[in-house]
Amino acid sequence: MASITEFNPSTPKKDLLIMAVFTAVVLTAPIWLAPIGASYPDLLQRFAIFGIFAIGFNILFGLTGYLSFGHAAFLGIGSYSAVWMFKLFSMNALLAMAFGIFVAALFALVIGFICLRRSGIYFAILTLAFAQMAYNMAYSVLTPITNGETALTLDVADPRIIDRAILGDAKEALPSPSLFGLELTGFTSFYFCAVMLILAFWVSLKIFRSPFGLKLLAMKSNQNRMQYTGYNTKPYLLVAFVISGMYAGLAGSLMAVTDPLAGAERMQWTASGEVVLMTILGGAGTLFGPLFGAAIIKYFENIFSALNKTQLTEVFGFLPDGMAEALASVSLLFVGEGWHLTLGIMFMLVVIFLPGGLMEGIYRLTARVKRKRESGGAVSGGAVQPSE
Amino acid sequence: MDALLLQLLNGLDKGGAYALIALGLTLVFGTLGVVNFAHGALFMLGAFVAVAVNRLLSFSVQVRDESITFFEAYKQQPYLEIWFGDLGLAVIAWSVPISILVAIPVMLLIGLAMERGLIQFFYKRSHAEQILVTFGLAIVIGEIVKVLFGANPIPVQAPPAVAGPAPLGAWLGLSENLVYPWWRLIYLFTSLLIIAAVFAFLQFTTYGMVVRAGMADRETVGLLGINIQRRFTVVFGIAAIVAGVAGAMYVPILPPDYNLGMNFLVLSFVVVVVGGMGSLPGAVAAGFLLGVIQSFASMGAVKDILPGIDQIIIYLVAVAVLLARPRGLMGRKGVMET
Repeated sequence: MASITEFNPSTPKKDLLIMAVFTAVVLTAPIWLAPIGASYPDLLQRFAIFGIFAIGFNILFGLTGYLSFGHAAFLGIGSYSAVWMFKLFSMNALLAMAFGIFVAALFALVIGFICLRRSGIYFAILTLAFAQMAYNMAYSVLTPITNGETALTLDVADPRIIDRAILGDAKEALPSPSLFGLELTGFTSFYFCAVMLILAFWVSLKIFRSPFGLKLLAMKSNQNRMQYTGYNTKPYLLVAFVISGMYAGLAGSLMAVTDPLAGAERMQWTASGEVVLMTILGGAGTLFGPLFGAAIIKYFENIFSALNKTQLTEVFGFLPDGMAEALASVSLLFVGEGWHLTLGIMFMLVVIFLPGGLMEGIYRLTARVKRKRESGGAVSGGAVQPSE
Repeated sequence: MDALLLQLLNGLDKGGAYALIALGLTLVFGTLGVVNFAHGALFMLGAFVAVAVNRLLSFSVQVRDESITFFEAYKQQPYLEIWFGDLGLAVIAWSVPISILVAIPVMLLIGLAMERGLIQFFYKRSHAEQILVTFGLAIVIGEIVKVLFGANPIPVQAPPAVAGPAPLGAWLGLSENLVYPWWRLIYLFTSLLIIAAVFAFLQFTTYGMVVRAGMADRETVGLLGINIQRRFTVVFGIAAIVAGVAGAMYVPILPPDYNLGMNFLVLSFVVVVVGGMGSLPGAVAAGFLLGVIQSFASMGAVKDILPGIDQIIIYLVAVAVLLARPRGLMGRKGVMET
């Protein structure tokens, strides 16, 4: 796979700049996303949460090349753990998240230890098998813990030991997740997720730049050679797997923080497939790609799937009547209920023509522009880009 | 004893479907070297060929209902009934077997179109990219079917002559109460027949021999002046037919919806991996084996001891097999390792 990796010599200063710009862009997202109708907190925090999920997945898939088809299991585990933390101890979001990440890490350690004994498609099938087991068990045997199809929710009568010890049990209404008294709803909740996203991105950047990250990349290009040089590759892979499971746990517990319920459908293999789509669509192995992919897919899901025929007819209103009507009914196939069709087509096009994802497209474009500028607009077809 | 026999049959039934899909997957992988995640979609398309044939045959017109005399009543009457009377009705009732005949050319066309239109460009790309592009294709096919047929499962009945239970106990000299649906028995035998046919084709025909030679060493066969690529494309078509016929036959057992392919695909991949990537007998054996194991695990007596085991048994077996015998039951070493 011709992959683009962020292996360009970067300086700490450059990284600081990247972080500063990234922070500014994320925190101002409600403003600059307003024109495309994506600036309501519910969608914004979904961008952030799935961004975290995809960034974490990318640490495994993008750096090591191990394709996990069961990552949603850790997302679900994170959600369930966070909700149980809410129920048993406290509504504090940080506690719940810490617990969610911890439990996801434990599961990732065990599952990763087993699955990483194989590679290639066998690894994919093994992770898929574990995720499906988790999903099926959440619906059957584990219903006392997961509450099965009804999903795990909060209840006024929950123990909440810590909260009651501090606040007394005066509260009658159903409490909502909070950060030391600050209720996490609306934009507060988005900014909470945004801070988590920035932290998650920072950690991922650090991993990409670290010797550890480079070792993972080396394993991706040739694990055998890596072993010949005397490295035991398994521990590194396991650490990468656990880290990416922790990211999924964080994303899952954030889902529980923004909406305190947890259902098993989060663990279904389609959910695992979705994060793969996000990462590939954006560009596996790149820093920003997975984030892009997550945002694009969630945007499509929310905006496109809400479009209906009247709105479409309005969009094409500038055309003659019959034509507008016809165009609207044709494009209706691709939006609303049919947005998965658009997703599938888009995804196929990306894999066929841009195997490196949208980021590769951006690189190609900038490279072309640069070359044009350097050679004064007279680019010959013979100018081949160096591979890697 | 009776219960055990019934579960065995149930498992073989389900295993038949798994085996047929896994067989096609393995054929495609063995010849073209492509991991086809859209193979489940072919199974689903076959099922919808049966639905479409049924719809087409029972295309009807509104006519006056003569049997109700005290007010003006209307009913839908199929054209076939109007034109051919009872014969027409019989044709409608036998729509599922007819649809199998229709499915063969249709699926062949779809398979060839898929191979020429998309798969051929992915021979040289990595397995991950093959998985991803065919996964995308599976989504697209599923969504198109959803647009055409809606999102709900569509039931189609088996022909009335074979819709009821077969007196299995009486045949075998066991208890009279032991009965088993006719159609499921037919399904089991048809799947065995198809599997036998595919193996016979590969084993006993010259064409099949060349295909096997190509699977072993494609380059040499090419150097002998044989257009091995065209034969592999035909093999893809055959795999599509196998999956499609399996799907069409499965309609009376499970009403198909657009997601059917995905559900079967996940299990079939587990089957392929358990059987051993690239091994045809392995795929078939693992298909039946996992079907039977799943069926036994869903027995009440087993579930009392290990609650919920029926939900996860297949995956547990897959994990155990992959860890104990990494290349699967009958796989060759080193296939798809990197």
